[in-house]
Order: sequence, then C-alpha cells, then structure tokens
Amino acid sequence: MTNTLHRYGNSASFYDDFVVFAIPSRGKNDKGSVPKLKQFLEMALPFKPVNLGDAIHGGALRPCRDMHPTSHWNRDMTPDFRAVIDGVDAPTTVAAVFDSRVSAEDFVKTVKKADLGLCVNISTSIDGAEQCCHAAGIPRHSVGYSLGFQGKTEKLPNTQVLMLTTMCGHGMIGTSMAKKMIDWVKEGRRTPEQATTYMARFCSCGVYNPARAKRILEDARHNTK
Amino acid sequence: MNINPNKCVACGNCTYVCPMGAIYVDPVIKRATIDRNECVECFTCFHGMSQEHLNPTLVRGMRKIFQMMRLRFDPEPDVCPTAAFEPDELVWPRVVRRAFSDPRVPHESTGVQGRGTEEVKTNDVSGRVKEGEVGFTIEFGRPGVGVWFYEIQKMTSALARAGVSFEKKNPITSLMSDVPTGTLREDILNEKIMSAIVEIKVTVDRTEEIINLVREVEPQVDTVIALGVGVRCDSMGEDTVVAPILERLGYNLERAKTNIGLGKITQPESPKQEEMAGAIM
Repeated sequence: MTNTLHRYGNSASFYDDFVVFAIPSRGKNDKGSVPKLKQFLEMALPFKPVNLGDAIHGGALRPCRDMHPTSHWNRDMTPDFRAVIDGVDAPTTVAAVFDSRVSAEDFVKTVKKADLGLCVNISTSIDGAEQCCHAAGIPRHSVGYSLGFQGKTEKLPNTQVLMLTTMCGHGMIGTSMAKKMIDWVKEGRRTPEQATTYMARFCSCGVYNPARAKRILEDARHNTK
Repeated sequence: MNINPNKCVACGNCTYVCPMGAIYVDPVIKRATIDRNECVECFTCFHGMSQEHLNPTLVRGMRKIFQMMRLRFDPEPDVCPTAAFEPDELVWPRVVRRAFSDPRVPHESTGVQGRGTEEVKTNDVSGRVKEGEVGFTIEFGRPGVGVWFYEIQKMTSALARAGVSFEKKNPITSLMSDVPTGTLREDILNEKIMSAIVEIKVTVDRTEEIINLVREVEPQVDTVIALGVGVRCDSMGEDTVVAPILERLGYNLERAKTNIGLGKITQPESPKQEEMAGAIM
C-alpha cells in the first residue's frame, strides 16, 4: 500500500489525513489473520473513521453493478463500514482513515492494547505519525519517506487536481475526473460532498480521504490553481 | 477492455474516468472508443463506474431530442447507463498491463495486491531493511502518466551497472531476463502500464550515490518518478542517519509511512523469504 505514501501536499496539509493500516506478512503472520483484520477495522469504528477499506474488496463507498434509473435523484452517499468489515475474507491490507490526529492517536493506543500481532503502519506527515507513536508510547520501528515526484513533472496536473488524484495512489481517479469535479463544484452543479463521493467510489482499497477531498474542493471553488 | 458499440450511447462519462485518457467518442461511429495502445487495462472503467442496464435505443433517442433542444444533460458522472464495458480475455504479453495497473489483481510473484511488495510495511517481522541499510522504491508512471517497460529498463540497467541488488520478490525483478544487467524480457518492452516499482537495497553510505544516479537517468525516462526511501529506526525510534542525508540533498521530508513495530512472527520462518537478487551491497 505504497499508494498512501506519495499523497501530494506539504506537511501542514495532512492535518486531516491519517491512514492507519494493518498488513499481514506473507509467510510470517498471515495464517489466521482474517479475524484479526476484521477486529482491527471493528476497533476503528468508535473513533469515527472517514473511510475503511480492504485491498481486495474496496472501501466504504463502492460502485453499484445494477443501479436503478431513479437512484440518480436519490443516491446513497453514506459510507457502509459494515460491508467493509464483513467483506474481509482473505489475508490482505486493511485501512482506517481518520480526519483528526486525536482520533488516530486514540485508535493507535487501542490497537497496541489489543496486541493483534499484525504489522501496523501510519501514513501521514512525519510529525503526525511521530505524535501518534509518542501518544501510544511506541518507538517507531521503520520509516518509509516520500521524496515526492521528480522526472517529467511537466506531465503532472495542477496542485489541487494532484491532491485529489493522489489520494488514490493506485491511480484509479483520473486527472480528467478530478478536474471535472472541481469544475462542477465551481459551477454549482454538485456539492463538494457529492463530488467527493463520486471520486471515492473509484478508490479500490478504501484509503481515499473524503474529508480532505471535500476541503480541497471547497478551496478550489473559491481559488482554482 | 472493449466497449460494445451496440450498447454504447456516447454519453462521454467514461472519457473523464479513464486514468490514461485513452477513451474518446469517435466522431465517425459516434461511440466511445478505446485507444488500445494507450489503454493499460486498469479496469477502472469496468469496475469503478456504476452500471445501469438501460435500453440503448431509448437512451440514444432521448439524447438526440435533448441535443436538438440544446438542453444540457446533468447525469451522474460515474455511471455507464448501458453497462457497455466488456473485458477482453487478456493474453501474454498484454496481460502484464493489467498486472501492473489493476490493483485488484495480485502479482503471482508477490501475492500482494498492487504493484509493489511489502517494503518496510512489514519490516518489523521481515527484517528486510536493517539498521545501516536503505531500501529504495523507485516508482514510474504515477500519478496518472503511465510508463512503458522500455523506459523502466533505462533505470534498471543503470542501477545494475552500479552493482545494486534488486529485491527478488518484486514484480519488476520477476520480469527480468537477466538480473545482473537489469534487462527486462524483450516481449514486454512495448507494453504500457499504470505504474511499476523497482526496489533495491543498499548500505547507508551509498544513499547519496543512488539518488544522484536516479537524478542522472531520469531526464532520459519519459515519465514521472516517485522516490521512496525506507529505513530502520534505532531503539529510540529515531532516524538520525538517513533523514539528514536526504535533507542535505535538498528534499523537504513531508510525508512518510511509519511502521510502528507491533508485528509478530506467528509462523515458522522460511529461509528463502528475504533473498535479494544480485549481489547484496
């Protein structure tokens, strides 16, 4: 799930973006990990995550394979956390996304106490993760730094589009889609919540942060870069 | 991926959805069409869009009437109204496009969903990157640009010449026909993918050398590169060795994934688990 590492933005812009994920290691601790992965997700619920996901089945907002025509006017935009938890049926990476450091800290404390034996990582600003570890009394084991994008960066879109698309690091949210959603919010054709929901449905592992996306769209409405 | 022309109503929703911008409405046939050369088989159109199963003739008729009256459509933007997308039976070598582009498909070489491996995410049980070592992830094509394998080979060849070891349980390494020279299989070189991650490990003293090498080669590579650096912290949870090197090289360290060390080994260890391809440097 390096897909959470290269989110675009500076350290301060991640104040509402904390992805805590659990991953069993193949051949080390993946046997019998499914109930533990479910427990990990279940334990996140009291801390009000903004998304949950598993890398096989997706996040709490999913596309519908058989949509009724009338649902255009009454589309369900509520994240279905229960479907994510119930859907975990094989060893995989599961993630809980929070929009506040306090929630992430409290969740990490709970995970430590539960002693599941799974590998647990926090993906956010370096300071944010350090603070979570400090609050839980855990020294960091390893760190994977993002050095950002280099090479032919002229092929990249503007910063607001980049912030929206890189929240699905697998690249499932197209540049054109993110641009269109910014335009629709500016035109008043959709609310930031609606636009965020459309994009979140494309994220196939549930690490998209709808709260941060909504904020970025609100900013873009007034000041498109 | 295919779009069934009998079903497509040319609503254009999928043209925005495609991460590679490979879908367009053909003005001659008036149907959405996929540029197969640019398509990376990520299945975003097929899996990511919601589907209705409306009658195509009826939808086309309504669209024509609205168009004549110059009425603007305001449909849901993430919906294919006629479920027109139909996946191909992919065969070699095109099938590698999907393996490196659709995160729902695990790589046979790693068993991990996505394009990389466990990296330092499981370092607390794998011990993949030890103190005094640095693990590099060099990712090509992300975000939203894509990459051809022949471009990746420019970097793997240069890294091989520098004598680095490639992570064995990595999808790119598994596609090398000659690991010591970083040569990829010839039959995949002209395949385009969403992104791929080359993983190497070196001793800390080579950190600057590797970064400079990547910087030297990247102007020849026609895509964007995302660089990740994995390190093992000391007993206090600090990294006082690698971060200062990166900052000295001009990087502002903003974001990281932090392994908090709660993992435990619960299965007998496999001695082959941590093998690296090529010489360990």
